[in-house]
Amino acid sequence: MRMTAALAQMYPKLGDIPANLSKHLETIDSAVDLGANLVMFPELSLTGYYVMDMVPELAIRASKDDPTYAKLLDASRYADLMFGFIREDQRNRFTIAAAYLSGGETVHIHDKVYLPTYGMFDDARYFVAGNHIRAFDTQFGRIGMLICEDFWHMSAGYLLWMDGADILLLHSASPSRGVAASENGRLTSSRWVELMNQAYASTYTAYVLHCNRVGYEDGKNFWGGSSIASPEGEFITHGLYFDEALIIQTVDLNQLHRTRSKVPLLRDERPELVQRELARILQKEAQ
Amino acid sequence: MVALTTPITDILPRMKIDTQLTERILTDFIADQIHKAGLKRAVIGLSGGIDSALSAYLSAKALGAENVLVVRMPYKTSAENSLTDAQAVIDALGLPTLTVEITGMADALIERFPDMSNLRKGNIMARTRMITLYDQSVAWGGLVIGTSNKTEFLLGYSTIYGDSGVALQPIADLYKCQVRELSAHLGVPESILKKAPSADLWEGQTDEAELGYTYDMVDQLLYLLVDGRYTLEEAVEEGFERDFVDKVWRRVKANHYKRTMPNVAKVSTRTIGSDFLYLRDWTGR
Repeated sequence: MRMTAALAQMYPKLGDIPANLSKHLETIDSAVDLGANLVMFPELSLTGYYVMDMVPELAIRASKDDPTYAKLLDASRYADLMFGFIREDQRNRFTIAAAYLSGGETVHIHDKVYLPTYGMFDDARYFVAGNHIRAFDTQFGRIGMLICEDFWHMSAGYLLWMDGADILLLHSASPSRGVAASENGRLTSSRWVELMNQAYASTYTAYVLHCNRVGYEDGKNFWGGSSIASPEGEFITHGLYFDEALIIQTVDLNQLHRTRSKVPLLRDERPELVQRELARILQKEAQ
Repeated sequence: MVALTTPITDILPRMKIDTQLTERILTDFIADQIHKAGLKRAVIGLSGGIDSALSAYLSAKALGAENVLVVRMPYKTSAENSLTDAQAVIDALGLPTLTVEITGMADALIERFPDMSNLRKGNIMARTRMITLYDQSVAWGGLVIGTSNKTEFLLGYSTIYGDSGVALQPIADLYKCQVRELSAHLGVPESILKKAPSADLWEGQTDEAELGYTYDMVDQLLYLLVDGRYTLEEAVEEGFERDFVDKVWRRVKANHYKRTMPNVAKVSTRTIGSDFLYLRDWTGR
């Protein structure tokens, strides 16, 4: 089976949902014209990243009743979608959310679990952390989504793998930092993220799609470089750094069969051992 | 005569930057900031030194040379080579230019106080230049581009509301040694790369004599303390003299007010600066 993914490496306009929604819809049109059946947008693609005190005014409900969300539901009749937004729940708590939409319906919503609140990040000041990491079924097989800091935690990818995900959709607003000459042409931040993408792909023998934004917010640059890593741990596509781009790539999902035939890491994995040892470790810590 | 010593540990190689990546991030930043303001032009004060030359090179790449107005603002005591070095940048890039002598403006105030110190005079010159640039900002329709580097920004080696009065700071996250590296990469004229850094506020002034240490030395220390999050003790263990470490860090702390907005006395339930939090790019186009 094949899947044609479009990674929309966009520059969201800070705080301007109407402008960003239009860009989403235009991008989906272009991607569908180019044969895509899955279109991915970056973290907080509807709002921009450093939203700060704008959070309450930019938050939307993940419901047909919300006019912005409804338009994206409509667009998902033409291709499956993953995009980023600020979700307000029934009790007015705000999360950094990723939605997976297909055929006019919401298939899954992931709320960012790990909110970076250190250095240049302040997520936990404005948002509540998600509390679930779960895979879900799609026309392409079972998929898992993670948002930026989530995938700096190996356990998040592991849980999705154990929950049956063969395709990981990661999206981010990863800022550029570190321009040392010793990095050989890469930013320190992109080197780190790219290594993790390849590590996830090879150790989970899974497809890892990563969509990262570009542009600037208050002098902080976002580096783009969106990519797809195969179950062999190799990048089969890698977008340019810094520029807006729509990256279209057809993925041969049968590669999962071939890679797992020769490297049966999933077959040999021992989640019950992990559970037993973790229980022991946690029990020891609690004492 | 100031004794200029070098540290035991050689940290400079670790500070080497990828000049191509850095150029890309900084030029895109300049274009982004100018375009978010709904403009396409910039104004830069060109002193003849390396920092403003680098800012001019980056701005010309970002916006096109025809959109970058460089203003030379000599005072009567300014060194002759300041004008000629600035001219070399103007010629190399083909920049629109303007020369506004500030002697009359500055002296109108300076002459009222016959015993005025060099520090006060220098501050008046820096602020007179800021007024001139902000006037040209309106006349030319462009933002004023800052020329401060990370070393002087941290040390507070600047005049508040003078050279620090700008709309954006493209090179303020680069130490002086990194400014030199990027300038060489961009082809800044040799005479500028080689000359001793000077604020040129009085005759014969050089930054390193005034500060009491070389840029290379203080760059390495600041890199450990700021970027590397070393403690002062750990910096001493790396080979820096205790007195030097203390002196530099005192200076960084004492001048923090130059890097932040003035404190607002809080009386309401929502106060600018503490719980009214938006990016500067809030209304960017």
